[in-house]
Amino acid sequence: MRVLTKGNIALAEGAIQAGCRFYFGYPITPQNDIPEYLSKHLPKVGGTFIQAESEIASINMILGASAAGARAMTSSSGPGISLMQEGFSYLAGSELPAVIVNIMRIGPGLGGIAPTQGDYNQAVHGGGHGDYHNIVLAPASCQEMFDLTIKAFELSDKYRNPAMILADAMVGQFQEPCRLTPKEAVIIPDKPWALTGANGRPAQLIKSLFLGPGEMEIHNLDLKQKYDAMEQNEIMYETRYLDDADVMIIAFGTPSRIAKTAIQLLRQEGVRAGLLRPITLFPFPSEAIHEYSQRIHKVLVVEMNTGQMLRDVELACHNGTKVYFYGRPGGGIPFPDDIMREVKKIV
Amino acid sequence: MQAVFTRPKTLKDTPTHFCPGCTHGIAHRIIAQVIDELGIREKTIGIPGVGCCVFLYKYLDIDVLEAPHGRAPACATGMKRVLPNNIIFAYQGDGDMASIGTSEVIHAANRGENITVIYINNSVYGMTGGQMAPTTLLGQQTTTTPYGRNFRTEGYPIRMAEMLATLEGVAYSTRVALHKPKYVMQAKKAVEKAFTMQMNEMGFTVVEMLSTCPTNWRLSSTEAIDRLENEMIPYFPLGVFKERTGKDFL
Repeated sequence: MRVLTKGNIALAEGAIQAGCRFYFGYPITPQNDIPEYLSKHLPKVGGTFIQAESEIASINMILGASAAGARAMTSSSGPGISLMQEGFSYLAGSELPAVIVNIMRIGPGLGGIAPTQGDYNQAVHGGGHGDYHNIVLAPASCQEMFDLTIKAFELSDKYRNPAMILADAMVGQFQEPCRLTPKEAVIIPDKPWALTGANGRPAQLIKSLFLGPGEMEIHNLDLKQKYDAMEQNEIMYETRYLDDADVMIIAFGTPSRIAKTAIQLLRQEGVRAGLLRPITLFPFPSEAIHEYSQRIHKVLVVEMNTGQMLRDVELACHNGTKVYFYGRPGGGIPFPDDIMREVKKIV
Repeated sequence: MQAVFTRPKTLKDTPTHFCPGCTHGIAHRIIAQVIDELGIREKTIGIPGVGCCVFLYKYLDIDVLEAPHGRAPACATGMKRVLPNNIIFAYQGDGDMASIGTSEVIHAANRGENITVIYINNSVYGMTGGQMAPTTLLGQQTTTTPYGRNFRTEGYPIRMAEMLATLEGVAYSTRVALHKPKYVMQAKKAVEKAFTMQMNEMGFTVVEMLSTCPTNWRLSSTEAIDRLENEMIPYFPLGVFKERTGKDFL
């Protein structure tokens, strides 16, 4: 059965279905539906909701709950996510799972509450200090808000690494019919590393401080192995009409939805465009993009920013393919006409 | 022959890295003794902050989570909500708790989180090399107050135990000292009370411990003891600032 559901609500319900029983968060638009829903529904399943005093506190409550072995989540938007970056780095360095949701609003600064994809670089290329990566999943529908949240918990536990849901405010706010039950049974793995008290086993330690000579290099190379394994095993993307395409549009989130409409209209006019939609932004589908760009020599990246994923696409192609860009950085959303115009310019 | 003095089971047999005359080791020993006496080693989890306090894990044979700077009370909140039957304590210095971590400690206290904070106040940043702390006394020279702390430019030393005692969520707030045997005995009783109150689900407990830092005070170990007695205690009076007797919160 499918139920008409808002993206943020689908995500919150996905967290509950994923076995998340601990949510800590601080209010910020446009993601308030998530804490409001969880404050109502988590207690019904024996869960805990805390409205934290700040996003800094939220992410550190997550760190404590995760270290104790629980599935825990927080959500926020731009400015709040910036405040959490120290925590992201500690979670990655301490090898702790956590799911963090960013329903992106326009920045920089206080910016505004309209949708954007301006936090791509922060999510995918850093944010916090040190040599680490977040797992980053980019839903483009309400159904994916539900399914990818469950996936985020799974990947986060599997790799003991923070996983982020990166969605623009449109995906958070629009409503679609949605299946609110997991596709597969949710399995929460054992966590023998968790801190529960040194009962019947030696005392355990979770830390990110490595002061001994060479220790930190070994640690960072160990982390690198995990990121390499993610690139081997976890890349997800969707393609449409690429078999005969002359132009490959690459977009994630809301622009990918609009690109699909634009592609259908272009094909009615005889312009053969196709779509590659990254679902995982880290690990990034670089190899797939490279392979397609060997044959499709014109690529158009469409984002709701001034060109952030664009750089990763250029690096992925690295074969002389011309990569064009169309962006809406101020809270505006590209229309099908805009994308059609940009495609026609380059064919 | 009867052993009258042994190393607590919870205290690891590890050479100390702390400077001569530093009282962190005494704090560790007190905590280890109380854990042994209450029989709670298997369910106690320590959460040190950043600074000299971080090395708690080298000395206590219990589960330990290292928190980001100042965030231990938030980490302890998350952990305690998952493990309500465990004993969770944060171990923070004055830079960690009274400067960068004021928001986290105040709100954990105000929520009445059923956790304990052991707060080491030595009036200076130790690990980073002797900079001014929020607790640095007026006139005290540090590497960032080379002319002495001046209230007109640096404000006044902050009294955390008194401040936290004003919050309804706090069950117990006390200040003790670690520089003489009499005070060490009192400090141990305070930790025992705080942990016992946590076991009885009475709310947030905090034990502030006045501590020495001879290295960054540029004093000998014995001079440091005198300074704690003659300069710190007059500004940071010892005592119990709040002690709840029942579970009724209001």
